[in-house]
Amino acid sequence: MKFTLSWLKEHLNTDAELEKIAEVMVEVGLEVEEIEDPADRLRDFTIGEVLHAEKHPDADKLKVCRVATKDGEKQIVCGAPNARAGIKIAYAPVGAYVPGIDVTLSKAKIRGVESFGMMCSARELEMGDDHDGIIEAPAEAEVGAPVAAILGANDPVIDFEVTPNRPDTNGVDGVARDLAAAGLGELITSSSVAVKGDGRCSQKISLDFAPDVKNACPAFAGRLVRGVKNGPSPEWLQKQLRAIGLRPINALVDITNYMSYDRARPLHVYDADKLKGVIRARLGEKGESFLALDGKEYDIDETMCVIADDSGAIGLGGVMGGETTGCTEETKNVFIECAYFDPLRTAKTGRKTGITSDARYRFERGVDPAFILPGIEMATQLVLDMCGGSASDIELVGEIPAPEKTVLFTPSEVKRLTGMDVQPEEVERILSALGFAISKSDPWKVAAPSWRPDIEGKADLVEEVARIVGFEHLPTATLPLHKAVETPKLTVGQDRRRLARRALAGRGMMEAVTWSFTHEDDAALFCDGENWLKANGLVLANPISSDLGAMRPSILPNLIRALQRNADRAQEGLALFEVAPIYAGDQPTEHINAATGVRHSATTRHWQGNVVIADVFAVKADALAALAAAGAPTGSLQTSADAPAHFHPGRSGVLRLGPKVLAHFGEIHPRVLKQMDIDGEVFGFEIFLDSIPEGKKKATKNRPGLDASELLPLTRDFAFVVDEDVAAETLVRAVRGADKKLITDVILFDVYQGKGVPEGKKSLAVEVTIQPQEKTLTDADIEKISERVVAQAQKSTGAALRV
Amino acid sequence: MEMTSIEKLEAELTAKITAADTEAALEEVRVSALGKKGVISAQMKTLGKMSSEERKEMGPALNGLKNRIAEAIEGKKTALEEAALDARLASEKIDVTLPVRPEQQGTIHPVSQVTEEIVAIFSAMGFDVAEGPDIEDDFHNFTALNFPADHPAREMHDTFFFEPKEDGSRMLLRTHTSPVQIRTMKTQKPPIRIIIPGRTFRCDSDQTHTPMFHQVEGLVIDKQAHMGHLKGTLEAFVKTFFEIDDVKTRFRPHFFPFTEPSAEMDIGYERVGKEIRFGQGNDWMEILGCGMVHPNVLKNCGLDPDEYQGFAWGMGVDRLAMLKYGIPDLRDFFASDARWLKHYGFDPLDQPNLSTGLSR
Repeated sequence: MKFTLSWLKEHLNTDAELEKIAEVMVEVGLEVEEIEDPADRLRDFTIGEVLHAEKHPDADKLKVCRVATKDGEKQIVCGAPNARAGIKIAYAPVGAYVPGIDVTLSKAKIRGVESFGMMCSARELEMGDDHDGIIEAPAEAEVGAPVAAILGANDPVIDFEVTPNRPDTNGVDGVARDLAAAGLGELITSSSVAVKGDGRCSQKISLDFAPDVKNACPAFAGRLVRGVKNGPSPEWLQKQLRAIGLRPINALVDITNYMSYDRARPLHVYDADKLKGVIRARLGEKGESFLALDGKEYDIDETMCVIADDSGAIGLGGVMGGETTGCTEETKNVFIECAYFDPLRTAKTGRKTGITSDARYRFERGVDPAFILPGIEMATQLVLDMCGGSASDIELVGEIPAPEKTVLFTPSEVKRLTGMDVQPEEVERILSALGFAISKSDPWKVAAPSWRPDIEGKADLVEEVARIVGFEHLPTATLPLHKAVETPKLTVGQDRRRLARRALAGRGMMEAVTWSFTHEDDAALFCDGENWLKANGLVLANPISSDLGAMRPSILPNLIRALQRNADRAQEGLALFEVAPIYAGDQPTEHINAATGVRHSATTRHWQGNVVIADVFAVKADALAALAAAGAPTGSLQTSADAPAHFHPGRSGVLRLGPKVLAHFGEIHPRVLKQMDIDGEVFGFEIFLDSIPEGKKKATKNRPGLDASELLPLTRDFAFVVDEDVAAETLVRAVRGADKKLITDVILFDVYQGKGVPEGKKSLAVEVTIQPQEKTLTDADIEKISERVVAQAQKSTGAALRV
Repeated sequence: MEMTSIEKLEAELTAKITAADTEAALEEVRVSALGKKGVISAQMKTLGKMSSEERKEMGPALNGLKNRIAEAIEGKKTALEEAALDARLASEKIDVTLPVRPEQQGTIHPVSQVTEEIVAIFSAMGFDVAEGPDIEDDFHNFTALNFPADHPAREMHDTFFFEPKEDGSRMLLRTHTSPVQIRTMKTQKPPIRIIIPGRTFRCDSDQTHTPMFHQVEGLVIDKQAHMGHLKGTLEAFVKTFFEIDDVKTRFRPHFFPFTEPSAEMDIGYERVGKEIRFGQGNDWMEILGCGMVHPNVLKNCGLDPDEYQGFAWGMGVDRLAMLKYGIPDLRDFFASDARWLKHYGFDPLDQPNLSTGLSR
């Protein structure tokens, strides 16, 4: 919303400087976005006087002028027909930027005659459309005086953000009211004076609504003005409109724009001679269409409020008038409409049609219903003043909405909610200044003014008082201590994510944050297909692009794509991870926290031997490290070879606690990579952090005593031959179980197939650590343990000792 | 044996020891002199056959010889070992300027780091960390938060929706973390003091907007908390977060459906070249929205607004990260460009906490 300083002063009697006005606007909640002072733009332009003008020796239409300027006498070549000796002009020196033609002046030679500067037209200075001649300043203007001041172009324009709760500030009068309440001056908004009509309005109006949709247009006032003469509006009005970026059209249109910005009251003026029969406000009908003032045809439906005559729709209520009944310079008789349209319906119609207009902007936020009659009176007076004619009586149909909004209020509420001490007298003064009517019973009964649809209850009144007092007066208070000793602030799940994140970064992986969305095709590769996504409600109805069409069932596709994007920029062999949600469905319990990582195949060359960054066991190690950090009992995990289908079937695994799956890891399926157009091999893991069982709360932080034996541990190696599909983990577990007390560690240090090992078999070698507990073991004791190791291995895997 | 022949023997042996140039040769000399069949051992055996007078003279003489020779051999042995070690060391030179095995340096994303910084600050003020699902329903995201029925935020234009269900309802991606306020107030009795970090989503994609971004909201509900507490809490927060004692703040009235009174908080700054400096200058930058929880929101959660009161605020994590660490473009946060992650990422050892300062 824009207005000029002079416009504000029509409503506010104030001596305050512009800067102070802007400051107070911000303090009361009218956030100033920009202040533009046209005088700044016209700084370079000063008054000059043409001393002498003669025809250019080589051009019929040009004149060579001698001009008195602040820089002394200058020779300027000018093509304006009105350039002549004796007039005062707007002088632009060499070096000045001329906004209207976007040119910075330099010394010029025009058809052989030197020219130092320029004499400007109104359009060149963006002060109007006139370009038929140069500006002629008043004769009494002094040479060297700034053009802006002399021509009245020194009226600053203030642009501020209107919050949705304050439709009243869509009018300059509303801004002035706030500023007056804040002590910046006196509110002097003129009140509307009734125009006496010369008889009943012959234009009939009808509200044709079913009872349940009456609120679409509850009240409609109209009046005829006959014998008008439409033409350009007065200069003051054109200047104000132009200053706020509106183009003056003609007096009748300019009046409605003026009312919109001066009083936040949109009206419509019809050419009465173009109206056919009764004007009806009704809901639209399917199939109807309407040619709007903007020259476009719009489809109407049964949700829209339409203004119609016998010819059909001639307006969309509160949004835009029609082309066929609009006013032109030839208009003789007019019908002025001043109605109330339902904000919700107006907003919907606006969104459906895509029409943005000052009327829609105001009606959808709520105009002051009590200003229907004053508004039409004021507009009538302006029409009579500018266009003449005589007005009929006002015809009002329907009932003007008068919502009774009285809030029971005690002034102590201000202190309760804001902590500010504001005396009841000051509370009363502020509310009264803002238009509230107070009846000082206990509690107070405070009636909201008709222009404040946002006021609902006590808190709203507190805000009114607080913003006028100013938030800079809020005390700075510290929240009292909650409890003497603080308990942990993170939930177990939050802490797991933190720990997994730092463990993975500690392993050299880089944390990424990728979209929660992914391409539907990518998503389908990492779950049970497209139908699964749809059935689980994970496909967006309005994605921003097809790339981001579904919620991700896994982070893997996003990270894999990131690897490729980086590889395309020669960032190869990366290890990326993300600790973030994945989605198994649209319910809160289906929001799952995952820690997922990928490594792109690459070898780093090194003089001590090349380093392989990515393979199945690298990502298995990643997964185990993150699980351990997140508190999973990694010693008890089982590994199975049944990872989901997006992994390589032979090179992937699942880390589980019985039936509970904690992680997948392995090589990404080559077919999946091919479908995603990814080069090279990718290895990945995904950990489901929420599935880690929560450890038991211990009664004490004390750890059990250290049981460090005095006796030296000893090691024995065993090589077993097993079928090649026997899982190493099964063998290790069996060996470990041979003596749970004395065997403290089993390391698998060799896997061998080839010469010496039968076809279909493999050799697995383990180093077993035996820790004597109470006494040194004899050879016979050790022999016994070894026998049990061999027996256990044989029993669980069919292993034979390799000889 | 004569004393003279002892002297002679000693001279011979000493010459041999001196001549021995390897440990093996030296060992040979030792065996020949001190071994079981060595010359000194043989002489010692003769002591038994001597008269007591002879023995008195020869005993100490022979023992002296034995000790001196043993000492000389030991001395020579040490010298030979030293020489051997020196020779080995001389041959064992390597080029220590060769590079070590490469290790990848992991990094923490600025969003995670800054979220943890914020958590560290509010933890110290007694705030718990709450969270909730990204996929929400209309009630928690809009209705309970006092959004009017036809608020434009409910349109497909602004909010991501899922396909309608059979009953016509449709789920959506939360547009703010405020639904967690509702979930908390509905399940937890005041006093409540929480912050809510998380992902949020809006249909927006341009230079300065991404369809997904991160927020941290705060909520305090008890029987006393007022706007003065809000101001004190947030002022302390910005000073701690930006690690600058004298950040200027300003509260301006504003409008949000879910707070009343509502405000926006600005902080003072100055632009120096490409840098933004807080704690100096006369420009204001909006940094967060806040206000007293709207009575309708309290009622929607079953709390009596005449008994309970409190405040809430919301701010953008990504934006705070950009401002604090001078990160120019929001879209880069989600592009996973390794160069960016390396440059703007954090060392995993830098776990934000108040005792060491939030950042290095």
